[in-house]
Amino acid sequence: MKVRIHVSLKPGVLDPQGRAVHHALEGLGFEGVRDVRIGRLIELDVADDTSDATLDEMCRKLLANMVIENYRIEKPELVS
Amino acid sequence: MSFRSAVITFPGSNCDRDLAVALEQVSGVAPHRVWHGDAELPDRLDFIGLPGGFSYGDYLRSGAMAARSPIMQAVIEAAGRGVPVLGICNGFQVLTEAGLLPGALMRNAVQTFISREVPLKVETSQSLFTSGYEAGQTIRIPVAHHDGNYFADEETLDRLEGEGRVAFRYLETCNGSRRDIAGILNETGTVLGMMPHPERAVEPEHGSTDGRALFESAINSLVRA
Repeated sequence: MKVRIHVSLKPGVLDPQGRAVHHALEGLGFEGVRDVRIGRLIELDVADDTSDATLDEMCRKLLANMVIENYRIEKPELVS
Repeated sequence: MSFRSAVITFPGSNCDRDLAVALEQVSGVAPHRVWHGDAELPDRLDFIGLPGGFSYGDYLRSGAMAARSPIMQAVIEAAGRGVPVLGICNGFQVLTEAGLLPGALMRNAVQTFISREVPLKVETSQSLFTSGYEAGQTIRIPVAHHDGNYFADEETLDRLEGEGRVAFRYLETCNGSRRDIAGILNETGTVLGMMPHPERAVEPEHGSTDGRALFESAINSLVRA
């Protein structure tokens, strides 16, 4: 089973990378960009019987740092 | 003097030797060198040092992989028994990722790697690491990091301040850290994480010897105890 873990910074946590990319986009002449936040996409291929609870645990124990990040678990074959 | 210390080396650590030399110079006893894949620490340790560097290439997040390496379970247990643990730079990142210290260290607000000597204010002399300083004293110690921007929520920051657990604060704009925090202690004052490198300010040739008192404080209080 393919699973995607979207890790993003919590709202309110300053994202210096996003801010630099925002400035770069403006430098390239793109207008109307209000904000840029950079996250991380982790693609897993796990056993089909892997439970949501186990995926949650993977995120909390390692894949995301719950002090600064949120995560969202996406199962593409179920979504599409 | 029988001072038993250990310096942990992770793949990608690069200040482990400097830290070992500093501990040996001040204590007269060479630390045990421990590899990240070891499951056990030497017996009866008085002190554990987590060095700076780029453990596991900073994969995922700085310190994240090292915090889950086999030896860290033993470090967490030792810290729980009250064995003093000092994490410098990447070692600080490992301590937050391992949950031994609150908060997280994010990319510097200025985006660039910062490598220079910075003035620090010693916020408390009430810890085994800082008893050799005066509270309020200014010291100069080098920093060298890309991810030193300390973040914690306001409630956690208030608690750290209220409990006297901010050990060092930057006296000039550095990396964007909340409340200019450069180093923090755990609840019992026996775990210290700091971004600046005291092991690089021990000998006159380093340009500053302001870091030496940190090792002297720790070693003297532990040997006396």
